Amino acid sequence: MTGTLVTLALIFAQLSLLAFGGGNTILPEMQRQVVDIHHWLTAQEFGALFALAQAAPGPNMMVVPLVGWHVAGFSGVLVTSLAKFGPSSLVTGIALRLWERFKDRPWRRTVQAGLVPVTAGLVTASAIVITHTSVSGWGTVLIAALVAIATTATRIHPLLALAAGAVLGLTGIGQP
Amino acid sequence: MDAAPATLSSKHEAPDIGELFTGFFILGLTGFGGVLPLARHMMVEKRGWLSSAEFTDLLGLCQFLPGGNIINMSVAVGLKFRGIPGALASILGLIAVPTAVVIGLGVIYGRFANDPVVRHLFGGLAAAAAGLLISTAIKIAWPLRKDVLGLFIGALCVLAIAVLRLPLLPTLLTLAPLSIFLRSRQAS
Repeated sequence: MTGTLVTLALIFAQLSLLAFGGGNTILPEMQRQVVDIHHWLTAQEFGALFALAQAAPGPNMMVVPLVGWHVAGFSGVLVTSLAKFGPSSLVTGIALRLWERFKDRPWRRTVQAGLVPVTAGLVTASAIVITHTSVSGWGTVLIAALVAIATTATRIHPLLALAAGAVLGLTGIGQP
Repeated sequence: MDAAPATLSSKHEAPDIGELFTGFFILGLTGFGGVLPLARHMMVEKRGWLSSAEFTDLLGLCQFLPGGNIINMSVAVGLKFRGIPGALASILGLIAVPTAVVIGLGVIYGRFANDPVVRHLFGGLAAAAAGLLISTAIKIAWPLRKDVLGLFIGALCVLAIAVLRLPLLPTLLTLAPLSIFLRSRQAS
C-alpha cells in the first residue's frame, strides 16, 4: 500500500510540474500512467471518472482526487491532491516574487508566445485521447459531436450540455 | 447586490484569512466547469480584493505557470494578502467542496457501475465530457489558424502525445524550447 502511495505521489507531482496551460494538457499522460503503465483502472473507467469530475463543481482537475480515491481510498485522495496541487503552487509562490521584476522584458513575451501552440497541441491531444476512450457505438459518437458543436457555436452552459448528454445516454440508443 | 463599479485605484480592502477561505469556498461550491468568470466577479466586482488590472496581471502570471489557472490564482491571491497561511486557506477553500462532491459521485458510480441503466447514463455523460474537451481544444487552437509555425508545433504535439503515445516529459522538454526558439527567430 505504501508503495502504491509513493508511486501515486511521484506520478502526480510530476504531472503537477508539467501542467503548462492548465490541467487538460496532462490528461493523456495521466491516462498513460494510471491505465497503461500501472493498470489501476481500465481506459473506460478513466473516461467515466473524468466525466464525473467534469460534472462536479470546482476547478477542472477534480479527476485527480477521484483517481486517488479509486486506487487507494482516502489516503489516495490526500496523496494525489497534495502531489498534484503542491508543487505547482510552490512554483506559483516563487514566481509571484519574480513577476513584477520581469513583467516588461521582451523575452517573457517570446516564451509566452512559444508556449501557446504547445498548449493548443496538448489540449487537442487530450481531446483525441479522451474521445477515443469515451466513445463506443454511434450513439455516443453523436452525443460527443453534438456537445462539441453546441458548446463551440453557442454560449450554452457546459453543465447543461453534460446533463443533455447524460439524458441521451440514459436511453441506451446506439450504445453497445 | 454589487458594490459600486470597480475603481481605478489599486487600494482595496485586504481580506483576512477567514475571508480568503470563505471567498474561495463559495467559488468552489458554485463554479461548474468554468470557474474563471466567477473568480473575476468575486475578486474584482463583489469583494474588491483586486483592481481589474491587477486581476489580469495575476491571471497572466498564473496562465504562464504549470498547474490549473484558478488553483494558481488562489495561491497567488492568498500569498499576496496573507502570506503562506493565506495561500493555504485559499487553495483549501477552493478544493474542499469539489473534492467531497466528486468523491461522493465516485462512490455512487462504483456501487452502481454494473447496472445497465447507470452504465448507459455514464456512457452518455462521458461522451458529453469528451465533446466539451473537443470544444475547448477548438477554442484554444482557433487563434493559431493562420499561424503556420504555431500549427506545425501544435501538430507535432498531437502526433507525439495522441498518436505515438510518447511520455509527456521528454515531449515537453523537446517541443517547448523548440517552439520558443523558433518564435525568437521569428521576432528578430
